[in-house]
Amino acid sequence: MSIYTRRRIANGLVTSLSIGATAFGLLWLVLVLWTLLENGIAAITPALFSQMTPPPGSAGGLLNAIFGSVVMTLIATLVGTPTGILAGTFLAEYSRGSRFGEAVRFINDILLSAPSIIVGLFVYEVMVVRMGHFSAWAGSMALAIIVIPVVVRTTEDMLTLVPNALREAAAALGSPKWKVIVMVSYRAAIQGMVTGVMLAVARIAGETAPLLFTALNNQFWSTNLNAPMANLPVVIFQFAMSPYADWQVLAWGGALLITLTVLCLNIGARALASWGTFKQ
Amino acid sequence: MSPPQATGRLVMPLVPSDPDVREPEMMPSQKAVIRNVDFYYGNFRALKNISLPLHDKRVTAFIGPSGCGKSTLLRILNRIYELYPGQRATGEVLVDGENILTPGLDLNLLRAKIGMVFQKPTPFPMSIYDNIAFGIRLYERLTRSELDDRVEAALRRAALWDEVKDKLRQSGLGLSGGQQQRLCIARAVAVEPEILLLDEPASALDPLSTQRIEELIAELKDDYCIAIVTHNMQQAARSSDYTAFMYLGDLIEFDETERIFTHPKQKQTEDYITGRFG
Repeated sequence: MSIYTRRRIANGLVTSLSIGATAFGLLWLVLVLWTLLENGIAAITPALFSQMTPPPGSAGGLLNAIFGSVVMTLIATLVGTPTGILAGTFLAEYSRGSRFGEAVRFINDILLSAPSIIVGLFVYEVMVVRMGHFSAWAGSMALAIIVIPVVVRTTEDMLTLVPNALREAAAALGSPKWKVIVMVSYRAAIQGMVTGVMLAVARIAGETAPLLFTALNNQFWSTNLNAPMANLPVVIFQFAMSPYADWQVLAWGGALLITLTVLCLNIGARALASWGTFKQ
Repeated sequence: MSPPQATGRLVMPLVPSDPDVREPEMMPSQKAVIRNVDFYYGNFRALKNISLPLHDKRVTAFIGPSGCGKSTLLRILNRIYELYPGQRATGEVLVDGENILTPGLDLNLLRAKIGMVFQKPTPFPMSIYDNIAFGIRLYERLTRSELDDRVEAALRRAALWDEVKDKLRQSGLGLSGGQQQRLCIARAVAVEPEILLLDEPASALDPLSTQRIEELIAELKDDYCIAIVTHNMQQAARSSDYTAFMYLGDLIEFDETERIFTHPKQKQTEDYITGRFG
C-alpha cells in the first residue's frame, strides 16, 4: 500500500512539474506576442503599407522595407529552393551509403547550424567588397545560403521516407531513374518538401544579421537590385535603437508584421504536412 | 499420367488433375532458362548454383521457408536487385535465348519486357488512370483515346474495371488492399510484358482478395510466362503448373506441381510440404 501511495505521489509530482515547465515556456511566448500586439497594433495603419520610411519627426510607413524584404526573400527562395531540392535529391536518391554523400550531409548539417552573422560576413567578403558597394543581390545571396541547408535537409528526410518498394515498382516497369524520382518519389514526398521550403522562408523572413552586411538599408524607395535596399529586419533594428518615438512605433509595427507572417507560414506548413498524412 | 490416387502415397489433397495439360503436343516451350546462377549479397552467397526452366504460358511457383532465396531468385529475373549496390548475380539467365545477365544490357528495356508485382501493393501517389498510364507512356506515344483504351483493357484484364471505371481520376491510394494489388497487376500487364514475376502477391491480402488474385493468375497464364513466389503451399498447389522447392539457397527439387505435391523425390521437400518444418 505504501509503495502504491508513494508511486501516486511521485506521479502527481512529475505531472505537475511537467505542466509547470510547459507553462513557464509558453508564458514567454505569450508575453512576446502580447507585447508585440500591444505596441505594434497602433502602427498597423494604411500608411504603414503605403508610405516610405520617414526621417525622424515626420509621418511615414514601411512600404520600401516591406517591398525590399519581399523581393530579397523571393530571390533567395528562387535560388535556394532548386539548389536545395537537387542537393537533397542527390543525397537521398544517388549517394545512399557513399562516403561522399556522408561528407556532403555532414557539411550541410554544419551549414544548417552556422550562425547567420557568419553567412552575412562571408557574403560581405565575397560580394560586397568585390562589388564595392552594398546591394540587394548580396542580401538575396546571403539569405539563399541560409535557405539551402534547410531545404536540403527536409528534402532528403522526406525522400528517405518514401518506401523503396515504390521505387522498385516504378523501376520494374522499365522506368529510367530520373523518371522514378520525378514522377514517383517527388510526388510521394511533395507535401513534406513544400513544408520544408515554407519553413525556410519563415526562417529568412526575420533574419537581420546577414542583411546588415549585405543589403544594408535604404531610406528611400528603390527597386535597383544593384543598390542597397530597405528591408524589415534592418529597419526594425535601426528604428528600435533610435531615440525617436515615431520610429520606435514603426519598429513595433514592422516586428508585428514579420511575426504574423512567420506565424502564418508556420501554420500553413503545419496544415500542409497534416493534410499530407491524412491523405495516406 | 496415372491419377495420384492409384499410385503411391497421397501427400496432400490435391490439385485437380488436368489431363489435357499433360498431353505431349501441348508441352510448353521454355521461355526462360536459369542456368548455374549464384547470387551474392556482399560476400554472402544467397543462391547456390540454381538451374531451372520457366515455361511459356505456365505458372512456376517458388516455394520454401523464409530466407531460402526464392524472392532473391525472382528478383534476378528482371535484375531489380541492381538498384542496390553490393548485390550481384553470376551464371546465365536465358530469355528467348539471350542472356539477360550480360553486363551493359539496357535494364529499362529488360524490365519493360519482364513485369513484376510485389508483396505489398505499391500504387503510385497518382490517379488510378495515371497509375496504369505511367508504364505505357514510358515506351509508347499514344493518342488520348488509344491510351484510354489501353488503360481500360489493362483494368479489365485485372478484373478491376467495374469497380473503378467511375473514379479513374481518384487517387490509387484510396482503393482497398486487394484492389490496390489488382491495380498493380493491371499496371504490370498494361505494358504488355512477356514474363510476369509475382512476389508473394497475395500474402498481404484477405482470403477473398487472395482468391480473386489467384483467379486472375489462372487467366493471365494463357498469355504470359508467370513466376510466383509464395509462402502459401496451397496457393502453389492451386495456381501453379511447376514448382521449385528451395532451401537455404539451394534448389532442392523442381518438377511439375502435381508431382511435387504427391511424389516428392526429396525427403526435405516432403517434410516441408507436409508441414514438418518451415
